[in-house]
Amino acid sequence: MEFFIQQLINAFSLGSMYALIAIGYTMVYGVLRLINFAHGDFMMVGAFLVYLFIALLNLNFFVAVGFSIVLTALIGVLSYKVAYKPLLDKDAPKISLLITAIGISFFLESLFNLLSNQLVGENTLAFMAPSFFSNRIEIGGVGFSVLNAIVPVLTLLILGGVLFILYKTKIGIAIRALAFDISTVKLMGIDSNKIIAFVFALGASLAAVGGILYAIAYPSISPYMGLMIGLKAFAAAVVGGIGSVTGAVIGGFILGIVEILIPGFFPSLGGYKDAFAFILLIFVLLFKPTGIMGIDFEKKRF
Amino acid sequence: MIELKNVTMKFGGVVAINNLSFKVSLGETFGLIGPNGAGKTTVFNIITGHYKPTNGKVFFKNEDITGKSPDYIVKLGIARTFQNIRLFGSMSVLENVLIGFHNHMDYSFFEALFRFPKFFKEEERFKKEALLILKILGLEKKANYKATSLSYGEQRKVEIARALATSPSLLLLDEPAAGMNPKESDELANILDIIKKEFDLTILLIEHDMKFVQKVCNRVLVLDYGKTIFEGKPSDMLKDEKVIKAYLGDFDVES
Amino acid sequence: MSAKKYFSLIALITVLYVAFLFLTNASLDFYTITVLSNIYIFVILAVSYNLINGVTGQFSLEPNGFVAIGAYVTALLILTPGEKLDAFTLAKPLDFIAAIHIGNPYLVLVISGVVSSLVALTLAFPVFRVRGDYLAIVTLGFGLIIRFILINNPQISNGSSGISGIDDFANYIMVGVVALITVILVYNIVYSKFGRAMKAVRDDEDAALAMGVNTMKIKTLAFVSSAFFEGMAGGLLASSIGSISPDQFSFMLTFQLLVIIVLGGLGSISGSIIATFLVMGGMEILRVLDDRNFEFLGLHGVPGLRMVVFSVLLIVIMIFARRGLLGDKEIWELKK
Repeated sequence: MEFFIQQLINAFSLGSMYALIAIGYTMVYGVLRLINFAHGDFMMVGAFLVYLFIALLNLNFFVAVGFSIVLTALIGVLSYKVAYKPLLDKDAPKISLLITAIGISFFLESLFNLLSNQLVGENTLAFMAPSFFSNRIEIGGVGFSVLNAIVPVLTLLILGGVLFILYKTKIGIAIRALAFDISTVKLMGIDSNKIIAFVFALGASLAAVGGILYAIAYPSISPYMGLMIGLKAFAAAVVGGIGSVTGAVIGGFILGIVEILIPGFFPSLGGYKDAFAFILLIFVLLFKPTGIMGIDFEKKRF
Repeated sequence: MIELKNVTMKFGGVVAINNLSFKVSLGETFGLIGPNGAGKTTVFNIITGHYKPTNGKVFFKNEDITGKSPDYIVKLGIARTFQNIRLFGSMSVLENVLIGFHNHMDYSFFEALFRFPKFFKEEERFKKEALLILKILGLEKKANYKATSLSYGEQRKVEIARALATSPSLLLLDEPAAGMNPKESDELANILDIIKKEFDLTILLIEHDMKFVQKVCNRVLVLDYGKTIFEGKPSDMLKDEKVIKAYLGDFDVES
Repeated sequence: MSAKKYFSLIALITVLYVAFLFLTNASLDFYTITVLSNIYIFVILAVSYNLINGVTGQFSLEPNGFVAIGAYVTALLILTPGEKLDAFTLAKPLDFIAAIHIGNPYLVLVISGVVSSLVALTLAFPVFRVRGDYLAIVTLGFGLIIRFILINNPQISNGSSGISGIDDFANYIMVGVVALITVILVYNIVYSKFGRAMKAVRDDEDAALAMGVNTMKIKTLAFVSSAFFEGMAGGLLASSIGSISPDQFSFMLTFQLLVIIVLGGLGSISGSIIATFLVMGGMEILRVLDDRNFEFLGLHGVPGLRMVVFSVLLIVIMIFARRGLLGDKEIWELKK
């Protein structure tokens, strides 16, 4: 029983990291109908920036985290302004946007590969987090790390924060309106540009948080880690219902549970852990493409 | 020929079409009129299988086609044009029309892949047929022009040619006279007359141009907020009180 | 064009081209021949990748997956049982894997293509049924999963050590001929009702549907055809390099092809061919960025700079010249 609870906590922890990344994916898809492939790489950028700030500038861990989140958010906005916006303004076909997204993704990966090799000497790095994260707590015979205790709680708080923004603030209403019908919003004199930039910034910073937490839990980071993890986060977003923030979180948790519990109880399947996300994705596409929150894009978003 | 029975279409909470029933007889030109947003294009989308109605049925030549797939319905003999012209921008006028012949060209993928004689035969045959249709519409000289390089009125004609290539018995035209000056719409009215005879067609059209409607339609149906408010002869429609009320100034009428 | 004109043109091109192949084979040095051979294989890949992305307008990231499948199928078929037992160093191969052997390289290549097509067919069903949006991410995932399966199943693939000692039946002439055949076949597809339907789906899917085109079937057709040629090219790669491992078929391969078809012009066969030469040739030149020292810039051979430049190139093309060199036209249509 303790084993099960232990695994469950691990699952929620991992699931939260996927959830944080999935939220950004789903929000950008909601407003732009664009699957931003580069999004998964923001989590890598978040983790790498913390590493570089500590290794090269000797900053305190939490200061580094703060800077990293801000810088990643800026990179997110920059990617929108430099690459996507020009195409959107020209009314370019969807495929152009998708290709550009891949370009940005690959650019981030190659860039950090280059930086890492140049500045540190190799590209697979050992992430150094304050040791208290790995301190273990024991409650009723169940042991887990401080990190695993914090992460799900933090994620739910963040989810609450995002939902608050979406439903109770002016900009949130604008975001939801945009997701519903972008042309009408523009006609009403709302600056859709600023709103989309905000969505990118928010999504990227959440991905950075997810990435940093992931790096604390699994301290080996590489420039290409965003690819696989981004794919899994996307699968989580689809499972939960693409376009729904709550769905992204639910999907993330489901994926976390699947990835941890199945190998936990069937160790022989452990090698296939990474394939589960893909299988889930195909499953959902076959049987319920709108996902758990089942949002039909003619009707509602978020 | 085509009959809608108690068709209702709801999008979420919005009732786009409310308990609509009407029949179009063989050989008629039937007009679907109404203010913008009245649900006319929705009716088209239901007939062509793009939407499945929330309630009600659609019958074509006595076959229930409600909710069947669009390509099946095209094969049955219903073709349409679009309100905002939707030609295939990368292709020529001729190639656009050839798409209409897609299901008629009788060669398999392998016959195309390895260029069997059948491929050449069918391509030649349908190229000729496409040019014939274009000739009837006066466009054969522009067959190899990029479709989107033609004038607006000509592009409309290409869309009609493309729809005709599918060998329809029922042709749905969504605002065919939109954006046309009186000379062009007169020419269009003549063309409709010609193709009706040449291709044995029944026509169902959506329109705002009342002069055009008077000229070409045998009967009309007026929709307002998804409900029928008038059905009958075009000349009587303009006198109907309910119609006038619904439109107050919305009409393009030259009385 | 008429049958007579078509076949005379094909005959002429074939004769000239084969003569060119023999001439170059006899006169050029080994290094250049190897580079050209590789370029021909990439022409096959570019032209087939363009079929789904450019002609049909469905954004897919599939090539590395199907190339990998084709390469491994070829390797496993062409090696004799004895050779296989030697080649499998990490684990003993499964019985039927060890036993199966087909000596005829052409047959092996076709089978590689067919196997890839069958996999493509199963992928196409869930994806095209829903939104084409998801094609890219599913094919991206597919590529990762294939690598994953290859690495984790040494009894099928010899895991990350890969398989070596593959016969080099793919000599310069053979590769050149297969490239010509592929280009002709792809041309035949594009300039037929199927190609027109693919373009229609690209230009306006709803309108295509309204004209009676079964859009799901057409997309599947394009995807499966692409997979066939990519699988075959994978077999050629396996033979020409002589050894294969999962790392050779990473996303980078797909990305390279993407840059090529975008540069050439999405939807243009001749554009893809020209761009392949430009990019592959350019990459040889760019290799200096990775290998040599730029003392005047204070940089030492910067590994990975090539990839950064590549990705920036793609982004810049997309923003400023997304129609590429030829747009969706062929080189003989330029005056239009």
